[in-house]
Amino acid sequence: MKKFKKGASYTYLGLIFLFLYAPILVLIVLSFNNSMSRTVWGGFTLQWYLNLPSNDTIMDALFTTLRITLSSSILATILGTSAAIGINRMKKHHAAIMLGATNIPLLNADIVTGISLMLLFTRFTSLGEFSVVLAHIAFSVPYVIFNVLPRLQSMSDACIEAAMDLGASPAYAFYKVILPEIFPGVLSGFLMAFTMSLDDFTITYFTKGAGVNTLSTMLYTELRKGIQPELYALSTLLFLLAFIMLIATNFKGMNKKEVVR
Amino acid sequence: MEFIQYDHVSKSYGKQLVLDELNLYVKENSFVTLLGPSGCGKTTTLRLLGGFEKPDSGKIYLNGNDITALPANLRPINTVFQKYALFPHMTIAENIAFGLKIQKKSKEYIDDKIKYALKLVNLDGFEKRSIDSLSGGQQQRIAIARAIVNEPKVLLLDEPLGALDLKLRQSMQYELMKIKQELGITFIYVTHDQEEALTMSDTIVVMNQGYIQQIGTPEDIYNEPENAFVADFIGESNIIEGIMIKDELVSFLGVQVPCVDKGFGTMKPVDVVIRPEDVELGEPGKGFMDGVITDCLFKGVHYELDVQCGQYEWLVHTTKYFEVGQHVSLNVIPFNIQIMNKPESEDEEVMKEND
Repeated sequence: MKKFKKGASYTYLGLIFLFLYAPILVLIVLSFNNSMSRTVWGGFTLQWYLNLPSNDTIMDALFTTLRITLSSSILATILGTSAAIGINRMKKHHAAIMLGATNIPLLNADIVTGISLMLLFTRFTSLGEFSVVLAHIAFSVPYVIFNVLPRLQSMSDACIEAAMDLGASPAYAFYKVILPEIFPGVLSGFLMAFTMSLDDFTITYFTKGAGVNTLSTMLYTELRKGIQPELYALSTLLFLLAFIMLIATNFKGMNKKEVVR
Repeated sequence: MEFIQYDHVSKSYGKQLVLDELNLYVKENSFVTLLGPSGCGKTTTLRLLGGFEKPDSGKIYLNGNDITALPANLRPINTVFQKYALFPHMTIAENIAFGLKIQKKSKEYIDDKIKYALKLVNLDGFEKRSIDSLSGGQQQRIAIARAIVNEPKVLLLDEPLGALDLKLRQSMQYELMKIKQELGITFIYVTHDQEEALTMSDTIVVMNQGYIQQIGTPEDIYNEPENAFVADFIGESNIIEGIMIKDELVSFLGVQVPCVDKGFGTMKPVDVVIRPEDVELGEPGKGFMDGVITDCLFKGVHYELDVQCGQYEWLVHTTKYFEVGQHVSLNVIPFNIQIMNKPESEDEEVMKEND
């Protein structure tokens, strides 16, 4: 009976994983399929992967994505960390208001955020790569704040006072005492901002303007035109990247817990 | 001008007045303890000197220089914090070197200083250890080492032993006194523990509700409390309302007892303070009043007795055992009767009622 119970629970777990990952598995399998068909297995090939670098549309979108993702996540990390430090110093009441306001972009439907940002940008600037970066910063900042703030709150004010007491200027105290303490939070905030920006389709789609394509918007437009197995290969690579980032973030978290005991 | 001077310093947080026109002088090389219950303003007084708070009004002078507006990092003063406040991501050596690196001292100088400081706090060879691997007492010693390597003119200690257990606290008291002697600098110490204050200080400043109640040597404070608050806060006391009939004669609880105090006037209401260890118990009828033992607790060094005399219950410390229900007489030699003026400020009165 006990054996049966265990077997059943493993089967259940297996089914959950199967349903969760089956679609991605199909994608990965098709990316190695030596046939244009979506249903027939034509043998193993790496040609779709090898074709990627010579495809201008894909490479162009890749570099656009990297530029947007890197610049927006770095800027969002700087802004979000500064914001967290500010919120941490605020009076409780004011901090609650700020945090509430920070929550709005997280809860808001992406499409609404996308449309409103588009309207804003068409009025005050033009749509293009720059407006996408701005939009990505806007939705990434909250993730950074929520990663950094708990680290700040668990840090005792006395440490900062001790640094000042020992002769540190406020800037020196920040780099030598505050930053090393909150760095794990800053890093995981950055990784989240990076992943969010990399993944985003909806907001990017509305704010990008003509001629600019990130990987996700490019995939969308290209897949509508017809079957291109190169895109499966690209999607597989994107999935792998996100997967690696996820493991990196979790691994950091696990390490930290061990140190704290 | 004195070494450290608070000149009419006031400070409030929001609507709450924490310090009201505080004036305080501290001599160079002294060990001064600010003593009082929580919320009395002692920590604020210390933080004002450290530069972590700015007074609302008044000035603070160090060595004749006005340091009121000087930020904490520019004051020749270092602090040992209650919760150690060590930097968790640095080793012990890096923690101690923090201030010296800011002063851009040479590596040899810093290494020497770290060695010296660790030796002084009895933690030789701990340079490479991490903060996490230390006990509370060890962490506090590192915090002391980190402060003193900078050779401050004044060391501020904010309840540094508050988080330690009794035994460790006592041994740290002796170590602190030793360190003080070795360094020859001014220590300003904040505590609510009267025993700590009595053991270590040259001068005790008793504070309550933002006012200084009494300044004096530990002996003065204990033996000659100036008001009921001080008497009650320092050690245990029998505080009884009485009337000073004339010089050297006081009346309380319906009896007249000779004392040694003069100059209170005649028929003046006063508070009479008698320490529990100064009350002598004898056979009924042989003292100034009789009573019944209502409680007897063993406290190690002595027994703690409650003696009911009419309406008043005396607290008495004695090394002899008495049965509950036993009839005894109470006696006090005139020298051990301390007469105090009735409290004049309302705050003192409030404190007394709260206790």
